[in-house]
Amino acid sequence: MSELNALNESYQARFPGSIELKPVFRGETTWLVKTSELAAVLDALNKEGFDFLVDLSTVDNFGEEPRFEVVYELRHTGWNKNLRVKALISEDENEVPTVSHLWRTANWHEREAYDMMGIRFGGHPDLRRILMWEGYPFHPLKKDFPLEGKETEMPDIAFSRPAPLEGGPFVTAPADRSQQREPRARPPEVV
Amino acid sequence: MSNSGELNYNSKVEGNIVLTTLEASVNWMRKNSLWPMPMGLACCAIELMAAASSRFDIARFGAEVMRFSPRQSDLLIVAGTVTYKMALATKRIYDQMPDPKWVIAMGACASTGGMYRSYAVLQGIDNLIPVDVYISGCPPRPEALLEALMQLQNKIETEKSLRTLKEEVAA
Amino acid sequence: MSLVQELEVKDSAARADELVDNVGEKLVLNMGPSHPSTHGVLRIVLELDGEIITKADPDLGYLHRGDEKIAENMTWTQFIPYTDRLDYLAPLANNVAYACAVEKLMGYELPARAKTIRVICAELARVSAHLLGVGCYAMDCGAMTVFLYTFTEREKIYNLIESLTGARFTTSYTRIGGLARDLPEGWIENLQLFLDQLPEKVGEVDKLLTRSPIFVGRTKDIGIITKEEALNFGLSGPNLRGSGVSYDVRKNQPYLDYADYDFEVPVGSVGDCYDRYLVRMEELRQSIRILKQAIKKLPDGPIFVEDPKNILPKKAEVLSSMEELIQQFMIVTQGVDAPKGEVYFGAENPKGELGFYINSRGGGVPHRLKIRAPSFVNLSILPHLLPGHSVSDTVAILGSLDFVMGECDR
Repeated sequence: MSELNALNESYQARFPGSIELKPVFRGETTWLVKTSELAAVLDALNKEGFDFLVDLSTVDNFGEEPRFEVVYELRHTGWNKNLRVKALISEDENEVPTVSHLWRTANWHEREAYDMMGIRFGGHPDLRRILMWEGYPFHPLKKDFPLEGKETEMPDIAFSRPAPLEGGPFVTAPADRSQQREPRARPPEVV
Repeated sequence: MSNSGELNYNSKVEGNIVLTTLEASVNWMRKNSLWPMPMGLACCAIELMAAASSRFDIARFGAEVMRFSPRQSDLLIVAGTVTYKMALATKRIYDQMPDPKWVIAMGACASTGGMYRSYAVLQGIDNLIPVDVYISGCPPRPEALLEALMQLQNKIETEKSLRTLKEEVAA
Repeated sequence: MSLVQELEVKDSAARADELVDNVGEKLVLNMGPSHPSTHGVLRIVLELDGEIITKADPDLGYLHRGDEKIAENMTWTQFIPYTDRLDYLAPLANNVAYACAVEKLMGYELPARAKTIRVICAELARVSAHLLGVGCYAMDCGAMTVFLYTFTEREKIYNLIESLTGARFTTSYTRIGGLARDLPEGWIENLQLFLDQLPEKVGEVDKLLTRSPIFVGRTKDIGIITKEEALNFGLSGPNLRGSGVSYDVRKNQPYLDYADYDFEVPVGSVGDCYDRYLVRMEELRQSIRILKQAIKKLPDGPIFVEDPKNILPKKAEVLSSMEELIQQFMIVTQGVDAPKGEVYFGAENPKGELGFYINSRGGGVPHRLKIRAPSFVNLSILPHLLPGHSVSDTVAILGSLDFVMGECDR
């Protein structure tokens, strides 16, 4: 923890006002970095010795502004410490700089984030879909995309149809609607 | 007709002759030498491998010749979740198999989509290709696959293999 | 008589131009998604110059089932069966990793017995997965016998797992804050019997493969990954250690009670396919060591944490007492009441570091559950690793990376 505290102090001085230290939760340190400074901070952290990008994930806070979060889980293998760096992106801007030149593993993580959430990574060498097929019109992990999917058609490549949720495995409503939550099939939401 | 006596009866070959219809013998040959094309897509493929290896030994039912080329096989075992991205590839493999051909949908996912009711999963391979035997279970035990194989053998036994052949020739 | 010939050595740029001129027509070869050596449904589009790969473009997603979206529509406990089907060669280890991740969010500290049983589960899963990994790898390289030998051992593990969990490999054994049920009677003795004969069988595989000239020829100096590349590409598990990086989550960031066990972390020296195979073989032996220690130290006591609000009451009490009945109903329908917050938890799985990033807004449903799948990350090195190798090496390299598509595509 001491290394991370020292790191935080030096980075607060280096990037004044652009790094917000989140309260430590379950022993994990989280930095919320301003999107404009994100590239510089990550570049500096990479030089600092955070040589292992564990994971890159995205969160959709639907109904809030800014809507998306990009979460970098970094690891300093020398110190054996993890650091989480987050940035918020609005739906209109929808772009963060790539880190695939710093950690090459980010190449596929960013492609996945683009595929699932529709977030674009500026300067990415090859930003294509990775899990869904090329030409699929939606980004399925967005909160306003229904679980059962939507109908699409691409002759000779793939098609998709909404899956029936009635009578299927139990599907419960999100936590904010816990009043209505019961283990029964939920009718498809119309969004 | 000097040798007609031999045609009528020959003690040397007595007991080595079976009288049957051509159709029954063709079906008998077909059902005991199924060549599966293991379409191993997900978890069920591991049970498919278990069925093929030492403990369960699918060779006892004449179906051990796993061929990874559809052109050499006559039984498609769809083992695992068929996603929409994979769906047309699966259909293409089925189309490439020569007739006669049969399909086993192994496991809940291949039969109905199973526990994956989501945007990416085809809700049952029978939306695309005809299925002869469905196996329940997630994943089914290897014994269930062997049972399905025996069911399929029973089905093949009753098929009108020659009559359809005649009709095809006539048409 | 001597012949003197002057050779003109051009600079590297000029030589590169020459090389481009000499290259014949490139052939694009499609490998997969239905190909026996791709261990499932991986598709690789290879660009070939003769037999040599010049460009490789993996195409994933043929088994993308939407697990992360499904997780957002389910309670914490309901998602456990889906974790079985991530890395379906080691479902118990996935169960353990997921339960530990949610418990980290909940802030639970497991009782000692539950920890040790979970270690036994995870290590048993590792033995099972590595046996299959080695067996299939041998089959990819043309040795059928090893596959049958390792599958025989796996069937013994399946028997153990079946008597423990009720299913051969879709186990769903862990619960948030504990385990589905305690060890059945006589199970530890059976495990001991199995462990006693396992080293001999591992030795048989070792004898068949490790010095086999064909196997060595197919794997040695093929697919070399350097230390720096391995870290930069985020590899984990045996693939990272095969490249000589001694990083094991069990040692470096111990979870459960891994800190109490005495075991070694094998590392490779060259980083080729052969090293990765050797690391897996040694990990098998180390797992046997851990299992034996776990059997010895297995303490008595409860298998659930003390948290009446979130842990299911005992069945006998549910059937006799109104309060427990309501409690049971609330937990089953609403899910475990998790706090607001975000955690990342990584566990050392047979394929590498399986991580769960959980973003919770409180209540029984995750707001976002990101699965850091080791196979996905391990495969991302392919476009870098394959060019320069021949097509037949592709099979050896894919087998040595030992991936599972269920986890890779999620």
